[in-house]
Amino acid sequence: MATGTPLLELEGVSKRFGPVQALDRVDFAVSAGEVVGLVGDNGAGKSTLVKAIAGINPPDAGMIRFEGEEVRISKPQDATALGIATVYQDLALCDNLDVVANLFLGREQISPGPGRASRQLDEVKMEHETADLLSNLAVTIPSLRSEVGTLSGGQRQQVAVARSLLGDPKVVLLDEPTAALGVPQTKQVLELIRRLRERKLGVVVISHNLADVFAIADRVFVLRLGQAAGEFQAEEATEEHVIAAITGIGEGRDKNHENQQSEEGEKA
Amino acid sequence: MSASEAATADEAAERRPTTSETLRRIVQGDLSSVRVVLGLVLIAVIFQIQEDRFLSAQNLTNLMLQITTIGLISVGIVYVLLLGEIDLSVGAVSGLSAAVMAVLSVKHGWNAYLAIAAAVAVGAAIGCLQGSLFSRFVVPSFVVTLAGLLAWEGALLQVLGQTGSLNITDPKITGLANIFYSDTVGWIFAAVIIAAYGAALALGYRRRVAAGFDNTSPLPQIVRFVFVAAIVLVAVAILNSDRGVPLAVMILLAFVVGMEYVAKQTSFGRHVFAVGGNAEAARRAGIRVNRVRVAVFTIAGTMAAIGGVMAASRLFAVNQNSGGNELLLLAIAGPVIAGTSLFGGRGSVWTALLGALVIGSISNGMDLLSLSSAVKLMVTGGVLLLAVLVDAVARQQRQTSGRV
Repeated sequence: MATGTPLLELEGVSKRFGPVQALDRVDFAVSAGEVVGLVGDNGAGKSTLVKAIAGINPPDAGMIRFEGEEVRISKPQDATALGIATVYQDLALCDNLDVVANLFLGREQISPGPGRASRQLDEVKMEHETADLLSNLAVTIPSLRSEVGTLSGGQRQQVAVARSLLGDPKVVLLDEPTAALGVPQTKQVLELIRRLRERKLGVVVISHNLADVFAIADRVFVLRLGQAAGEFQAEEATEEHVIAAITGIGEGRDKNHENQQSEEGEKA
Repeated sequence: MSASEAATADEAAERRPTTSETLRRIVQGDLSSVRVVLGLVLIAVIFQIQEDRFLSAQNLTNLMLQITTIGLISVGIVYVLLLGEIDLSVGAVSGLSAAVMAVLSVKHGWNAYLAIAAAVAVGAAIGCLQGSLFSRFVVPSFVVTLAGLLAWEGALLQVLGQTGSLNITDPKITGLANIFYSDTVGWIFAAVIIAAYGAALALGYRRRVAAGFDNTSPLPQIVRFVFVAAIVLVAVAILNSDRGVPLAVMILLAFVVGMEYVAKQTSFGRHVFAVGGNAEAARRAGIRVNRVRVAVFTIAGTMAAIGGVMAASRLFAVNQNSGGNELLLLAIAGPVIAGTSLFGGRGSVWTALLGALVIGSISNGMDLLSLSSAVKLMVTGGVLLLAVLVDAVARQQRQTSGRV
């Protein structure tokens, strides 16, 4: 569970796409060993928030703190360098490459031998590390050299999650990790997310599926029309509370929850 | 593939072992090299029946010389195809670069190597320019290089000036396509190539064993080694029984092997495949996609220039037709016939050589039979169409079997 200062903290983050205010002064935080479920209706700004953190669409205004220090994230490499890894909804895997190549994409291991000058790939080392990582995460893939395009949706999602761990990140952002997965595959992916928490990572999970969110999240953060619309401890809240916050029905109760939340924050 | 489908597929495989599976893999491009070799054998048989000079050592040596220009240009085209793009300017670039070399060498008396270097630099600069325009302004590469095709053809006429043709006399340039090595040197080449290949295989195998991978039987390596060694020995024996191993063939081979290494074994090559497979994924993985694109088009321009130099050396001249005619289309068709996808992300530099062999054999055979250019054009068109259809069908098959 959450301890000490949050790993990642957003304060007053705003983002505008033309006439659309996609994010409006959002405050958000995630701590080490904590899974935060980020929920909201379509167009609520969930993906925009994740993309702002990941450096894909840098925010127009607001502050981002990482491990207590203010940082600028203006491109994906900035986020990666800080230790923020992102797993996208559309997976962002190259179907024509095998599992090993996908895991190490953009951070290939270079052979130490005479091929170094040409940046020769160290395939043996990469395959070894891939096998280690996947077995650590209890992910089973028939062959590490099979093209990712031949794998099932669940296997692809697990490869995508595993890949995010290669750079030893501190925070992992998962955009709809269980969308389009069958029941057993969803279970595998949720199990994998629990193992990320055991590794003391800060995990942010975007999901439409409240059952999945309640199954893994410690805290649920609701966005509505680009604004923070409520925050709940998963153990204390019910799906009805969260749905009310998502849809905006029963504003009053919503506010109470926000107050409750801030009180709890003070206690902590 | 769902579990039930997988089960039925397994049953099917049990009932009809390997043959249908192998056929499917040939069609889908997993074994595209086998497909090409079968095609080559078929072509050879057909022409040999019609004209028994086709498989003579002299004609096979001629064939190898004929394909060097197309092969060299295709090496660059393979990289562009791996990105899922196209470069229509390579023919014109090869002509222009050769003209620059000829003018510098003949009219200005430049040293041959400097003139060649200048030609290659022109090709690289053009490729870099086109790649930058394509990636910076997100214009389809088709359009940028089509504009290039026209512009560089114009530049070729401009550079050649009023004569319209320049004869190259410098033996250092003409030697590129006209030097043949003695039998001894040829066998030394064969020994070096076989030894180097064997060493590379053994080294790779030892590393895998040392790393403790359990699926390591040396049998595939041994089979590959014997296969390659046999091809090299037969090729050198044939070339030696005519004029000897040509320098041009060694140059082509060196570029194919070198660029295949870059494509398959370096991080740059991996990035080319990644951008061709899923550019957005590559970008999110931190790959500088536009830089890869510019580099690839620079490679295409460079290889086009090198091919142009080779063509000029073989012809002893540069003229207004240099780099023209069907050179461009054949250079693109070759790799596609041999299994490099037009849709990006799949292929190998070997297809440049194999494809050039297929196309070269067809045109060489038709020349031997003295077919009219009407027939030759139609056959060449048909081969090009067939190549694209095979690629498209292979892609569809991959998609239906869950491999995108």
